[in-house]
Amino acid sequence: MSADADVQALRRKGRIVVVGASLAGLRAAETLRDLGFTGSLTLIGDEPYEPYDRPPLSKQVLLGMEPAEDTALPRKRDIDAEWRLGAAAASLDRAAEHVRLVNGDAVPYDRLLITTGTKARPWLHPEEAALDGVFVLRTRDDSARLSRKLAAGPRRVLVIGAGFTGSEIASVCRERDVEVTVAERAPAPLVGALGEVVAAAAARLQRDHGVDLRCGVSVTALEGDQAGRLRRAHLSDGSAIDVDVAVVSLGAIRNTEWLAGSGLAAGPRGVACDAGCRVFDVNGIVTDDIYAAGDVARSPHPLFGYQFLSLEHWGNAVEQAQVAAHNMVSTGPDRRPHLWVPMFWSVQFGVNIKSVGVPTMGDQLVIAQGALAEGRFVAVYGYRGRVIAAASFDSGKWLGFYQQQIETGASFPPDYAMVDRRTDALQPVDPAFPDPHLPTHEPTVTLTGHSPTERGVQFTAPRA
Amino acid sequence: MALGTMSAQITDFANRADPYPLYAALRKSPVTRQDDGTYLVSTYYEVRSLANDPRLSNDLRNRAPGAGGPAVAEEDTNLPPSFLFHDPPEHDRLRNTTMRPFGPPHSPRFLHDMRDDIAEIITGLLDALEGKDEVDVVEDFAYPLPVTAICRILGVPREDEPRFHGWADTVASGLDPSQGKEKAQEARRELGAYLSDLIEAKRRHPGSGILGSLAQETGSNGSMSTAELVSTSMLLLIAGHETTVNLIGNATLTLLRHPDILKRFQTEPGLVVPLVEEVLRYEPPVQFIPFTAALSDIDIAGTTIPKGAQVWLLLASANRDPKRFEDPDRFDPDREDNQHLGFYTGIHYCFGAPLARMEAQLALPLLFRRIKNPRLTADPPPYRANPVLRGPHHLPVAIDGLAA
Repeated sequence: MSADADVQALRRKGRIVVVGASLAGLRAAETLRDLGFTGSLTLIGDEPYEPYDRPPLSKQVLLGMEPAEDTALPRKRDIDAEWRLGAAAASLDRAAEHVRLVNGDAVPYDRLLITTGTKARPWLHPEEAALDGVFVLRTRDDSARLSRKLAAGPRRVLVIGAGFTGSEIASVCRERDVEVTVAERAPAPLVGALGEVVAAAAARLQRDHGVDLRCGVSVTALEGDQAGRLRRAHLSDGSAIDVDVAVVSLGAIRNTEWLAGSGLAAGPRGVACDAGCRVFDVNGIVTDDIYAAGDVARSPHPLFGYQFLSLEHWGNAVEQAQVAAHNMVSTGPDRRPHLWVPMFWSVQFGVNIKSVGVPTMGDQLVIAQGALAEGRFVAVYGYRGRVIAAASFDSGKWLGFYQQQIETGASFPPDYAMVDRRTDALQPVDPAFPDPHLPTHEPTVTLTGHSPTERGVQFTAPRA
Repeated sequence: MALGTMSAQITDFANRADPYPLYAALRKSPVTRQDDGTYLVSTYYEVRSLANDPRLSNDLRNRAPGAGGPAVAEEDTNLPPSFLFHDPPEHDRLRNTTMRPFGPPHSPRFLHDMRDDIAEIITGLLDALEGKDEVDVVEDFAYPLPVTAICRILGVPREDEPRFHGWADTVASGLDPSQGKEKAQEARRELGAYLSDLIEAKRRHPGSGILGSLAQETGSNGSMSTAELVSTSMLLLIAGHETTVNLIGNATLTLLRHPDILKRFQTEPGLVVPLVEEVLRYEPPVQFIPFTAALSDIDIAGTTIPKGAQVWLLLASANRDPKRFEDPDRFDPDREDNQHLGFYTGIHYCFGAPLARMEAQLALPLLFRRIKNPRLTADPPPYRANPVLRGPHHLPVAIDGLAA
């Protein structure tokens, strides 16, 4: 049978299983139906809820403006799917072509889409994480619980880690008139995403709004009272703070544990796939029936040196899901690449922060418009003489222009006259990202086997 | 100053009723240089790109002397330009200050809370048509509605309207690149004097409406000066007079020209939401932006627009670009992904867009529910002189009376 006929049959009566029932999974399912897929569609989700929107969870819901249960994602169409909610996928058997759920059920597939996303990185010490008053923020339930706690008027909240989520939580605390301390290991908030130069503006923003921001320190221990309630946090500089709430916001880990042993190139950094969302196996050979999209996927991007990027961005989840869905029911020449230019936004302390491109690749930076000191600016990042990214504070409407500059490989620095340019000669500076040579906790791979038929690759767990 | 060939044709009143063939001819090349040094941009992606390009300035002081192109009325009076004719940072400061009492994040409910008021104005205007068998939809409905609404929103006494009606029209005519500026500048001075007095009074007694709130923002520690507030309120007042009237007028005209869609609309009032968007694409109330200037050379679509050149962004042409909109000359409220440029795009995106949408979405279903068997009696109807803020001057419609 030809590939065309296979795909025609698949479109008519194939079985597509989507593991991960959030933004990417839902949008993929809708796209499949839009494309005329009439076979069976199963959505598997570990949470008991239908797909909901996460950005409000650290903003409106936490502020008490909107109940957590009102965050359900709007549906673009009826998807006529079988929902397996509240039963997480436990494993994948590629030989048998089925997904095994935690309750033991096997769900067979002809095409599989992995959209399992990420979860909050938990606090390092489980017994401390179990204290009453220690939170993470990722899910609807997390947000509802934390919102209730903030409404009860805690004496002081400790936010551990000043990435975007941590900074937004601190912002909500101040808006609710709750005292908050932010402990960040780096020299400023958002350093990992935007570099120290821009992060200095984020630090000022926090302090101007009454956040007790402590940088260059880490939290060494959370201490509870006899009833198991959080009462104090100890910091690496030897100090201690009395707190009754701590929110652990140390970033996300990708939900790939269930794929251990599946033979797919899946690990803590995500599920590796090609630009068409087809997942690689551990040998680096692309599969043809398994796809990935959203936060959990890592794929090569031609604009950024074909680096494998994994993007925890709302817009990326939508676009990649649509590309994956399209490719799942298309033959070779009709398949499309996922060429989304990374873009994300945050709102904190009344300021809209937006970024386009990949700032972390930047080796130089100029403030092209506005001024850091005014907290209203566009920072443009260059990489080897080309524009690679831009980040804005309260100037987001210009980023479409910089996106075009990135897409066309425009030269850096942008040395032409434009509105709100403050200095005639732009002095590029080092954006000051953290040293990439620090050891990580990631696993390595080892080559195994000797003869060409048994030669392969094996994941090696990280050494503790 | 004489206009370039195509720009003269666009502003020529003879082409007012149907400028679209001119735009279609222009779209053969996305960017066209005129003899006077002006650049006309006619295609969707190029207009969108330039509207978002920080190398284009709305600040009239940035045009190179002798670069060609018309003057605009906001120059050369003792009032500062409004935020429409400013670049950041002044633009952002003025616009953000003005947004505080008008919309989110500080006043997210302001417009929503005006809904009942506006519906009441609409009902009042329609009730007044009782007993007529011919109505002028512009004079009787599309004009008084937004004027009454903007007066209420700003807090300008409606009874003063006859005084500033003429000034507002004349100031708006200053946007017409083919017209002299003297009259517009004089009207601007007079309207400015009226608004200065009003703002002075509002400082003591704010009353309702956003001018009262904004009057409290002026002064030594305020975020805008009194003169800036005068310019701002003039911009909002004129925009309230000269744009929504065309949206409602153009929508009515377009519906009467498309009986099938009108019939459907009468039984399906929810259609109004995509319908208004399609009118904004198909017959945009603001046809083009004739006053931007290039701050540096800009390479676009194979042309280099030189530093200092004046650039016209033809929104109405971009909205009919077949590269962006399938079958663009077809009026189709079911069109998907209708990201028209009717409200412009970028930092100068229409400040009053949510108000205009609300007015049109409330007005059109009520209008077509009440007037029985409407028929156009003149097609095309007589148009306003202004080529930028384009719409019918009168829209005579025969009706079989009024439904309850």
